[in-house]
Amino acid sequence: MDAFTQSTARFAAGLSFLLLAGAFLLEYAPFADIQTIRMLFGASVLNFALRAAVPLILGALGGILCERSGIVNIGIEGMMLAGAFAAFVAKTATNHWALGPSLLLGTCATLLTGAAMGLLHALFCLRFGMNQIISGTSLILLSMGISATFFDRDAVAVGKFAPWPVPLLSEWPVIGPLLFNKPPITYAALLMVAVVGFALAHTRWGLRTRAIGEHPRAADTAGVAVLRLQYLNTTLGGALAGLGGGYLVLEAVGQFQEGMTAGRGFIALAAVIFGNWHPVGALGASLLFGYAQAVQNELLLAQATVLPRHFVSMIPYLVTVIAVSGLVGRVRAPGSLGQPYLREKEV
Amino acid sequence: MNSTPVAEPLGLRHQSAESRRNMPHPVLEVRGITKHFPGVVANRNIDLNLFPGEILAVLGENGAGKSTLMNIIYGLHPPTSGSIRVGGRQLECRSPRDAIAAGIAMVHQHFQLVPAMTVLENIVLGAETTRRGILDPATAERDVNELCQRFGGQLDINLQAVIDDLPVGMRQRVEIVKALYRGARILVLDEPTAVLTPQETGSLFQILRGLRNQGTGIIFITHKLKEVLDVADRIVVLRQGAVVGHERPGTTTEQAMAAMMVGHVPSLTVPKTTVGPGPPMLEVDNLTVHRDDGTTAVDRISFEVHQGEILGLAGVQGNGQTELIGALTGLRAVSSGTVRLDGRDTTHASARRIGREGGTGHIPEDRHAHGMVESFSVAQNLVLNLCNRPPFTRWGLLRFEAIRAHARCKVADFDIRTTSLEQPLGSLSGGNQQKLVVAREMRDGLQLLIASQPTRGVDVGSVESIHHQIVQQRNAGRAILLASYDLDEILALADRIAVMFEGRLIGLFPAAQVDRNRLGLLMAGIPA
Repeated sequence: MDAFTQSTARFAAGLSFLLLAGAFLLEYAPFADIQTIRMLFGASVLNFALRAAVPLILGALGGILCERSGIVNIGIEGMMLAGAFAAFVAKTATNHWALGPSLLLGTCATLLTGAAMGLLHALFCLRFGMNQIISGTSLILLSMGISATFFDRDAVAVGKFAPWPVPLLSEWPVIGPLLFNKPPITYAALLMVAVVGFALAHTRWGLRTRAIGEHPRAADTAGVAVLRLQYLNTTLGGALAGLGGGYLVLEAVGQFQEGMTAGRGFIALAAVIFGNWHPVGALGASLLFGYAQAVQNELLLAQATVLPRHFVSMIPYLVTVIAVSGLVGRVRAPGSLGQPYLREKEV
Repeated sequence: MNSTPVAEPLGLRHQSAESRRNMPHPVLEVRGITKHFPGVVANRNIDLNLFPGEILAVLGENGAGKSTLMNIIYGLHPPTSGSIRVGGRQLECRSPRDAIAAGIAMVHQHFQLVPAMTVLENIVLGAETTRRGILDPATAERDVNELCQRFGGQLDINLQAVIDDLPVGMRQRVEIVKALYRGARILVLDEPTAVLTPQETGSLFQILRGLRNQGTGIIFITHKLKEVLDVADRIVVLRQGAVVGHERPGTTTEQAMAAMMVGHVPSLTVPKTTVGPGPPMLEVDNLTVHRDDGTTAVDRISFEVHQGEILGLAGVQGNGQTELIGALTGLRAVSSGTVRLDGRDTTHASARRIGREGGTGHIPEDRHAHGMVESFSVAQNLVLNLCNRPPFTRWGLLRFEAIRAHARCKVADFDIRTTSLEQPLGSLSGGNQQKLVVAREMRDGLQLLIASQPTRGVDVGSVESIHHQIVQQRNAGRAILLASYDLDEILALADRIAVMFEGRLIGLFPAAQVDRNRLGLLMAGIPA
């Protein structure tokens, strides 16, 4: 790990620590009466932050898998929207089933649809040599079009994932309800950060993935099957991003709306960059963006400021813009990001 | 001149009876390889044998088809026809993986290392050791260290270093260790000395001899004649994609090999008339230039280039030459110091003021990035720097007749081989592209010529012609700054030689007072 990925990892750890420390203070110190502290570190704001962060985390992980393999993924938004829509269709089609199997089917549908979107992106970029930005944009338009056309506005999905309290851990004060009494996709998102982070650093797959994103020809001459790995990673990344969309339907809201992802895919992309293409960094960025959204929400609910509400609503977007623009020149994209690898062209 | 008939397979004629007994079976047999690229035949019916424990030099000028042949052996290009046998067995080589599995390893001209990863990661990439699915760097490190120890310190590298931080000589060492780690029996090196100092080249040759003595078959691709005589056991000469000769170092000379490569006897030295150096044309005083990342590329450099002289700027790639020339031509900002062109301050002048109005011609280091527009025609490329002034434009419109007339002159004067003036420049050979850039920059009113790697990636015939043009400009009293990574080019042309190392000028001598060896040491940062 170079110095900066370490520093993004430290940022993620620092931010989580700060929020948890605030929550503990609120619990055990006589600060509960101070409205500002309650608004910044209360259970409701932290829960909201995590809820807002989960789709960003999954979307960002999908982006990382794709981009660490050298393929630009501006289409996270489209993958997420497709995943959300697929989850809704599968869920409403099986409303008459028991809730568990129905939700499970929704999860499978969301993963498969996301994977299909990822595979499509890989086909566009690698097989047909399409510009990667254009391909990503076309994914967004495609899923917007399909989900708007086939969306049955009268359909209602019945039920969503309920929290699965982890035995013992969920009894802990503060941390328990915050982290260990959550629905399953939230656990999956946090787990995947650790899995992808570890795998990138310590497995054969990870080493090869990093190599093809930095210098595909070097990897090719070292005997790595570059294209095959790019297809695989883009497809896996699509599945993760799709799950980020499915989360909205299966766990957060319970229903689908047109344009439901509402730019979350782009914020996830910002999290990829802010997190320096590293899963832990992206986790920190997602938490930051989620937290900004939660604070905004809380400020609006409490009507605690004299600022017009429009300015308050800007907070999450301002945080995103400042975070990403403040990093220009400090983050380092994979070396061959966006350049398709053609063996015979590079003589 | 003892040129061998093309069809005769290698090894049969030159193998003495004794050595044939010692190494009875070739480890690599290339049979009738032909490769067509659109519009070009890169390889014609090539036959080669490589025996274990020998160094085979494949000699040929740029464009002779050496690299293509090696890329075919390594599975990067499929051949149009022909076959390859390794250890007597037919090799179905569809990708580098197949070649690696057959024991072939290749050190590419442009190193194939991932700059952001460590030495160890690069070595194991593609041949990783894992324990229960998890990388096992400790075992890999032990294996690599064992491997290196067999070479008694010649191959020592810090395995935890990141490639980006290593000098080129070290990177090449990493490539060699990478090849050995894969258990290569056949090692192909493509122009391995192009970026090395003479000292680094010497240590590379020692490593290669060590490898040969341990039984590895080595193919060594180069166009440098001296090196071939120094290190090779056997020599194959390629010209225009075909084998045109087999030689042995003991029984041939540089002149004979050069003639075989080019097809006629080239003059290896350039005749110069004595011109007394005139007044200074370019004066550089205490110049400092930074790279894009803020590090210092050029560190308080001062020198002058006089009318009627060629100042050669020697140095290993990456020691600030690129940034220095960028600053002198107005393409890069100057941090401090001054540049004066013909007495006028041009420190912060635009490229246009320096170039068009100041009379500076610039042959850029990378012609594809800065010297030409591939999709434009030959004629258009020849007026890129003049097209907004008469006679090439009137009332804001281009005058194609004038442009074509100009192009016809230049194409004839500079011997640019093209089928028509309307052909896109990108479809010409590298040598002819470069001749075109040279032709364009040597325009009327030239006062200072800044030539950076003017003959890089250019065939010997074109080198000769470009060198000739440069010397002619000098003889006509123009000031010339020649930057080159090729020491032979500097020694052949320069009147005075400056050496750059880590952004500093660490030596400036009249060419007559310095020899190859001293320059090599200076290029490595060792003041003699």
